[in-house]
Amino acid sequence: MNATAALPKALTLRRVGASTIPAALLLIVIPFLVPPYQTILLSYGLIFAIAALGFNLLLGYTGLLSFGHSAYFGVGAYAVAFLVKYFRVASMEAFLVGGIVASAAAAALFGLICVRYTRIFFSILTLALSQVLWSLALKFYWVTGGTDGLRVPTPTLLAGLAQAGGDKVTFLSRPYYYYILVVFFLCVGVMWVIVNSPFGKALQAIRDNETRAEFVGVQVRRYRWVAFLVSGIFTGVAGALWVPLNGLTTPDIIYWPFSGEIVFLTVLGGFRTFAGPIVGAVVFNYLKQYAIGTTTYWQFILGAVLVVLVMTMPAGIVGTLGRLGWRSQRAN
Amino acid sequence: METLAVQVLNSLFYASVLFLIACGLTLIYGVMRIVNLAHGNLYALGGYVTAWAVLRLGTLPPAWLFVLLPAGAIAVAALGAILEPSLLRPLYRRPEEYQLLVTFGLLLILEDLMHFLWGPHPLSPGALADFLGSTSILGATYPNYNLLVIAVGFVAAALIWAFVYKTKFGVILRATSQDRRMASALGVNVKRVYVQAFTIGCFLAGLGGAIIVPISGAVLGMGVDALVLAFVVVVIGGLGSLEGALVGAIIVGAVRTLGITFFPEIELAVLYLIATAVLLARPAGLFGRA
Repeated sequence: MNATAALPKALTLRRVGASTIPAALLLIVIPFLVPPYQTILLSYGLIFAIAALGFNLLLGYTGLLSFGHSAYFGVGAYAVAFLVKYFRVASMEAFLVGGIVASAAAAALFGLICVRYTRIFFSILTLALSQVLWSLALKFYWVTGGTDGLRVPTPTLLAGLAQAGGDKVTFLSRPYYYYILVVFFLCVGVMWVIVNSPFGKALQAIRDNETRAEFVGVQVRRYRWVAFLVSGIFTGVAGALWVPLNGLTTPDIIYWPFSGEIVFLTVLGGFRTFAGPIVGAVVFNYLKQYAIGTTTYWQFILGAVLVVLVMTMPAGIVGTLGRLGWRSQRAN
Repeated sequence: METLAVQVLNSLFYASVLFLIACGLTLIYGVMRIVNLAHGNLYALGGYVTAWAVLRLGTLPPAWLFVLLPAGAIAVAALGAILEPSLLRPLYRRPEEYQLLVTFGLLLILEDLMHFLWGPHPLSPGALADFLGSTSILGATYPNYNLLVIAVGFVAAALIWAFVYKTKFGVILRATSQDRRMASALGVNVKRVYVQAFTIGCFLAGLGGAIIVPISGAVLGMGVDALVLAFVVVVIGGLGSLEGALVGAIIVGAVRTLGITFFPEIELAVLYLIATAVLLARPAGLFGRA
């Protein structure tokens, strides 16, 4: 057996296309195949997938575990809510821009503070900073609505080009779903370019061996900060997309267990792969909905799944599938 | 003058409970290098067990009920002795992200375990707190039970200090926390030390929960709230340092008490900002090493 048989197959465009194009086609036609509730459920999954993609840029590619990513999700969401409350804006594009700008500002500021540290101090610092935002959102109820939160009505898509005719459910399951899908594809594309660029490779170098990367000439702190910024923006976009879907934003999405969920779903899919976070987010969304629908003790189910996952399948869904595929290929 | 006395006593009261939780958390981290995200829910579990025991046996004279107070601590310690070998031991050689995740999963499991066992409504063994009455301190009436809590906190701090610094087991504990491999090479049974350290940490958390429930009752979600505060204490004081846990607890207790009275809107935010500031200026905390 020659040496090349021991290596996994190269990630050629053809192989990537073979696995993603059917999935993409399925996503495009799904609203016509399933009831609106399922489409809306999938929308939530896609939104969390965008957030997870951003989060994984830090965890999987730079090696930094952020336990405060709910902050950027919340900043994106509350930015939209403030646009509605104070400026009477209703355009979805404005929402997205607002979400991006706000989460970029938050990520830039927090990133400056956090990237000087690694490992557990980084995680705790991100947690503490997200809790600062949570406590502000909670206590300044005359601005943020406190625990009642802020309502966000149906936005206009593409300045009214996409018809919002009909009730909210039709809107959410057709035009809004495709809007989310387009943004999702864009985000996947952008993230793919980022991680395969020299910048992405440098991040992986920093993850694997920080000292060596520094000696090769990579400015570790600056690259980490940029990764933090990009990661925050992706999660902020997800937050901005989430609010019109949810209709309401409350401090709960900044509270730290939500950050834990983001970590959970990324690891569920496999944080060492590109597609892992996407798969993990969608699967987690269904898992959580199924658990909530089945029993009051859905947290128990999620907790048990997480423990079993870490013990038996630490590479996550996509990671484990990849390993199985590689092993079967080697056996041939 | 009365308000000042009340503020000081309230600060110490919060600090006592926070110290117990944070001490356990920092002990577990110091010895095992594990950040136990489920620690808050162990505190809550201790509270629930004690509240349940006191309410169940409520017909006994109140003096007897005090004997039941440590029930929560003992129960949680027993749980800890089971959890460590089963859940945590397989993960010591794995990257620390997995440890965080397992303890987070444990947090979720414990949260719903408490929900399952005791239902969604709070348990309030208030009779214990009322039984002790109140005294007049510098013109203000202050509940005696709170004074008991403060006393328990101080006694616990003294006992832990003596235990860690003056006993042979304490030496072994400190040796294992400083250099695990060397301690193992010198003949220390590291596995056993880990279980013991985890059990002690759980006992402290359970004790914190046990002594607070007569005042504030056992409520779902108290663990999650307490955990973040315990983190702030440990960050300020230094991960792995017991003196740091004490000082941090006093600082956090004081800021919380004064904050609730004088600047309630940003009181929480100030706390997390202090944690951030300490992490920036001295990541190891006030008393931490490296």
